[in-house]
Amino acid sequence: MADSSKTFLVALYKDEEILLKAVKHIRENGVKITDALTPFPVHGLDEAMEIPETRLHTAGFLFGLTGFLFALISMIWISTSDWPINYGGKPALSIPTYIPITFELTVLFAAVGMVITYFIRNSLSVFNSTEVIDERITDDHFALIFDAAEFTEEGISKVDDILKASGAAEIKMSTMKKYINLNGE
Amino acid sequence: MGHNYSSPIREPLITGKKTYHQITEDICRYTESTPPPIWWIAISISGFFLLVFVISVLATVWHGIGMWGLNKTVGWAWDITNFVWWVGIGHAGTLISAILLLFRQKWRTGVNRAAEAMTIFAVACAGQFPLIHMGRLWYGFFIFPYPNTRGGEGISSLWPNFNSPLLWDVFAITTYLIVSLLFWYSGLVPDFATIRDRATGFRKKVYNVLAFGWQGKAKQWQRFESLSLVLAGLATPLVLSVHTIVSFDFATSVIPGWHTTIFPPYFVAGAIFSGFAMVLTLMIITRKVFKLEDYITIAHIESMNKVIILTGSIVGIAYITELFVAWYSGNIFEQWAFLRNRIADPYIFGPLMGVEEGQHAPYWWAYWSMMFCNVVSPQVFWIRKLRRSVAFTFFMSIIINIGMWFERFVIIVTSLHRDFLPSSWTYYSPTFTEVGIFVGTLGLFFTLFLLFARTFPVVAIAEVKSILKTSGDQYINDFEKQDEKFLDEVSKEDYSSIEKIAEAHKH
Repeated sequence: MADSSKTFLVALYKDEEILLKAVKHIRENGVKITDALTPFPVHGLDEAMEIPETRLHTAGFLFGLTGFLFALISMIWISTSDWPINYGGKPALSIPTYIPITFELTVLFAAVGMVITYFIRNSLSVFNSTEVIDERITDDHFALIFDAAEFTEEGISKVDDILKASGAAEIKMSTMKKYINLNGE
Repeated sequence: MGHNYSSPIREPLITGKKTYHQITEDICRYTESTPPPIWWIAISISGFFLLVFVISVLATVWHGIGMWGLNKTVGWAWDITNFVWWVGIGHAGTLISAILLLFRQKWRTGVNRAAEAMTIFAVACAGQFPLIHMGRLWYGFFIFPYPNTRGGEGISSLWPNFNSPLLWDVFAITTYLIVSLLFWYSGLVPDFATIRDRATGFRKKVYNVLAFGWQGKAKQWQRFESLSLVLAGLATPLVLSVHTIVSFDFATSVIPGWHTTIFPPYFVAGAIFSGFAMVLTLMIITRKVFKLEDYITIAHIESMNKVIILTGSIVGIAYITELFVAWYSGNIFEQWAFLRNRIADPYIFGPLMGVEEGQHAPYWWAYWSMMFCNVVSPQVFWIRKLRRSVAFTFFMSIIINIGMWFERFVIIVTSLHRDFLPSSWTYYSPTFTEVGIFVGTLGLFFTLFLLFARTFPVVAIAEVKSILKTSGDQYINDFEKQDEKFLDEVSKEDYSSIEKIAEAHKH
């Protein structure tokens, strides 16, 4: 799916409050919104569009747990088995002194793992050749995009009316060579 | 919208009645034009000091640590002082970006980007010192535990000592640097996209790479917010752990003056105190040079000054607690470390406490500089007018950082220079090489910051936009009007009896 070229109907809004009302209005009229693109996180948008909650924090927990176990097990193995050192006759295994490093590695693994997961899942990378639907989206415009393949000729004019009624400042068609839908989890 | 409501008594955080587009314009503008002459002057000066840094480090590496003023008694001095000072400065950035995010402090958005950049550059400067002090810094990687062949025959590797606070420090600082960098960069991606979409030609290509193909999709933002929140949650205990572990370098030893249980909280408070001072130094210049007064307002400066009073007072209490405990412990070594090595000046307190003439503490001047700069001076911020004065805040921010540098110097050098054997007692003074390395890291720091300020969005564009409706001046005034209207309506209602109120509210 990722490589196929797609044509979108793009509706641009100038305010996030109008956008939120528009999402509600459009969905009530039974039109499927493919995606929303905004210049900053709009609160309530993912609920309005019924985008499922992200599982990124769960990934973060699992990475953290990995770091925790890795640090603790390595240090225990090194100081009791691989190279035990006798310092003043104290026990080779002293868990309290492992706490700082275990903590640091838990945080390190969780953070690094989460950021990598975040970049992969959001399909963000330095190799991306970005296709920008509208350059004002990262400035002050809020866009709703609709997959044009889903509508018939008449359907499009009907959707057009719904979009106009929803407060869209501008409606246009746009083609993207490569569109990755992140919402369908 | 209900969630947009903010109390009208809160001061606006964005002034000048901005629209979203104006925010983009104002913040992107200076990355798109040639920098002002003052920027060139500033980078020439900082570049010169960077050169001083390179020369001093080369001299140290070429001739060895003998280039420094260290001796058998004072085995580390300026290097560790500077290390702790720089790490401490970094803490304010994480406090602003992580802890204030968890506390939902909106004023954070105006300064967090630059403060985080400051964190990264400060930690980079801090990292220079332990590395240079190793002498053979090309063996620096030996500090990391990885399977190696240094253990001799067989399969065993030679590992670092996991019981040493110095190794904990390695982990703490490395983790801190990496996590800060990731936190900072993940926040920068959407703003790079904003610059990318405005740019043309070669600049567009560069920002296209930096922006990672950001599109601002709803799902991307959802994950962005989740990531920010969890990274903030991770960075909060992390930043507290970093200076706690730095303080363990001293507190786990048995040297009088270092062997102190209050060191961890005392160091963390001191770190945030000095860090906020450095943020203020930088932001006051940045807002002026890049004309960002509408985004970094007097309200921001006042909020930061309030944090300075709080942390400065904690530091003050810690100093006094330390003195009290030294006296109350009845331990003559502890008492000596504080009274005879630090406090006893030749003029007032020394004679008062019965210290004979000529027997005063060698570093009394450092101790009293520290007391004046850190304990006395921040208390003037209780006065609102001074808290809101840009020029005065700028002056104080420098005083505080001088004070915090002296704090580390006092802790380290005064505790070492008179050890348990009086014949080893000595006096430490830095050499030109050491001074060169220190002012050189200032050069490194400011060069990095100036390059950052020139090419990166110094204010978080997307985050500022997201608070515009709650903290922009035009919206706050709207709420005031709405409140007045509401009060007007309420005052017209008849509240003489419960029935009448119920009647009024039926409609």
